[in-house]
Amino acid sequence: MAIGVKVLERPIAQTSYVRATLSGMAVTLKHLFSDKVTIQYPEQKWALSPRWRGTHRMLTTEDGKAKCVACGLCPTVCPSNCIKLVPGEDEQGNRYPLLFEIDEFRCIFCGYCQEVCPEEAIHVGRHFENSEYSREGFVYDLERLMAQTHPVCEMWDPSDPKGE
Amino acid sequence: MMFPLMWLQAAAPAQPVPPLTITTSGPEHFKAWLVSTIIKILVLFTIYLVGVAFLTLLERKIAAWIQDRLGPNRVGPSGLLQPAADGLKNIMKEETYPGAAYKPLFVLAPALSFIPALMTMAVIPFAAPWYSRYGVIDMAIAPMPIGFLYILSISSLGVYGIVLAGWSSNNKYSLLGGLRSSAQMISYEIAMGLATIPVLLLSGNVSLSAIVEQQTTGQWPLAWNVFGCTLAFFIFMVSAFAETNRLPFDLPEAESELIAGYHSEYSAMKFSMFFIAEYANMVTASALMATLFFGGWDIPFTLWDNYAHSLAATLATFVFFLVKIMFFVFLYMWIRWTLPRFRYDQLMSLGWKIFLPLALTYIVVMAATIVGLSYAGYARGSWQFGATLLVLNIICLALVFLILDRGRIVSPAYSRLDRRNLEKLRHATLDRARFTPAEAGD
Repeated sequence: MAIGVKVLERPIAQTSYVRATLSGMAVTLKHLFSDKVTIQYPEQKWALSPRWRGTHRMLTTEDGKAKCVACGLCPTVCPSNCIKLVPGEDEQGNRYPLLFEIDEFRCIFCGYCQEVCPEEAIHVGRHFENSEYSREGFVYDLERLMAQTHPVCEMWDPSDPKGE
Repeated sequence: MMFPLMWLQAAAPAQPVPPLTITTSGPEHFKAWLVSTIIKILVLFTIYLVGVAFLTLLERKIAAWIQDRLGPNRVGPSGLLQPAADGLKNIMKEETYPGAAYKPLFVLAPALSFIPALMTMAVIPFAAPWYSRYGVIDMAIAPMPIGFLYILSISSLGVYGIVLAGWSSNNKYSLLGGLRSSAQMISYEIAMGLATIPVLLLSGNVSLSAIVEQQTTGQWPLAWNVFGCTLAFFIFMVSAFAETNRLPFDLPEAESELIAGYHSEYSAMKFSMFFIAEYANMVTASALMATLFFGGWDIPFTLWDNYAHSLAATLATFVFFLVKIMFFVFLYMWIRWTLPRFRYDQLMSLGWKIFLPLALTYIVVMAATIVGLSYAGYARGSWQFGATLLVLNIICLALVFLILDRGRIVSPAYSRLDRRNLEKLRHATLDRARFTPAEAGD
């Protein structure tokens, strides 16, 4: 069914194919010599934001133990249910994690675990280059989380919303 | 008959007597001819095929640069070994055959699209002739006296590869690609052939070396055919784009409509062959444009290359010919990454309704001018002759680009209608749109 089509009267400069072509070619020629935006990845890297939320890291006390007190807040708050925690208690009554595992594949890197942690023990970090040969390799246990060395995410500060 | 003979004499260059005695017949001459031909074949086709391989890299580089990227730069120094890696990959890949394909033609088609490009290249003079002690050695593999007619006939064979590929794949998209290709090539073949007639009128000969000779004599800027037949060059260039299936005329491939058109069923080296054929066709078309319109191997600003007849002059002109080819190849790529594809009806109307009448009119105008100038007593190659043609061409270009080029090429379909009919049609469709069946009473 034919319908009435509104047809615009255009100026010649817009309907001339050769002129349009030449101006298009001028644009592409300009880009031919302009600065390239490619970042040559393994050699060059994009600077990550200080608030980047990547691979987790467990901070340790001075004597090399995990700061975690196995309070159970992070597995509770975790929306993707990727933290597995079994609490234990020593003779002095100090709680510590018997088992602490994070499945980096399930994790959605929301950073709630870091926000909720009362001891500032678990953190998301400024790091994203993970690769393994098996899915099991992505389940990080406590030792592996403590062995990470990358800088941790700086949390959003309401008094400095732009992170300056 | 008087005029063509006169033009031939005028086009013949006043050559100084070559310093060495030259054998033109006998067994010595035959031996020299044989050896030189073999050397020419080896050298030219080696450069040609290696060049084509590197053009695939150049295309990717230029595409990347135009899109503000860097392009392939990992294989070898700044990506120079990329063509070798691609070739290796394509040789190692599995050759697949569609179950319903007609195998003999399916296998033959990639070669058929590649061979005409090579065959055309054989007659193009790529350097100044060398007056060696063994005789004059023409720097074309096959210096044919009917060179241009040969090119017209062979280059139209290139469509067979694509059509047969599309048909033998037994795939509707491939077939559509092949059909489009045949329609497109036949349409633009005509405009292309007609666009070169002014060039032939100027040289009075269809031999490519005579056409180059005519452009090398006379003062530089005016002798080149691009200044004598600018409009012909424009038509020829656009038609060459259509002939080689390059954007904005890549309708046979049309990734977004036909998957990959005629070569969607091809894999591995057979696909690669189509790729090579595309670039080979580009080089050949560039060489033709350089030969017919940009003085062939002529080096501008100097006459040394025309009369030296030494090996140095031959090599220098060869390098210059390569530079000219590279310029056109770059133009091909530049335009590819600038322009979007034509619609099918736009393509057809450009070929038949614009270029065909334009080329015919241009032939009449040019022929009349050449005859008029000859009657007025201006010799070919004189600056008055060239200047008149240049002025004529500037006027023609102005007419075409300022008056003809108004929404007729890329436009909605209505622009080709008469204005009165358009209004009538518009009212009719508007009425029909308002006219509902309920009002009509049925």
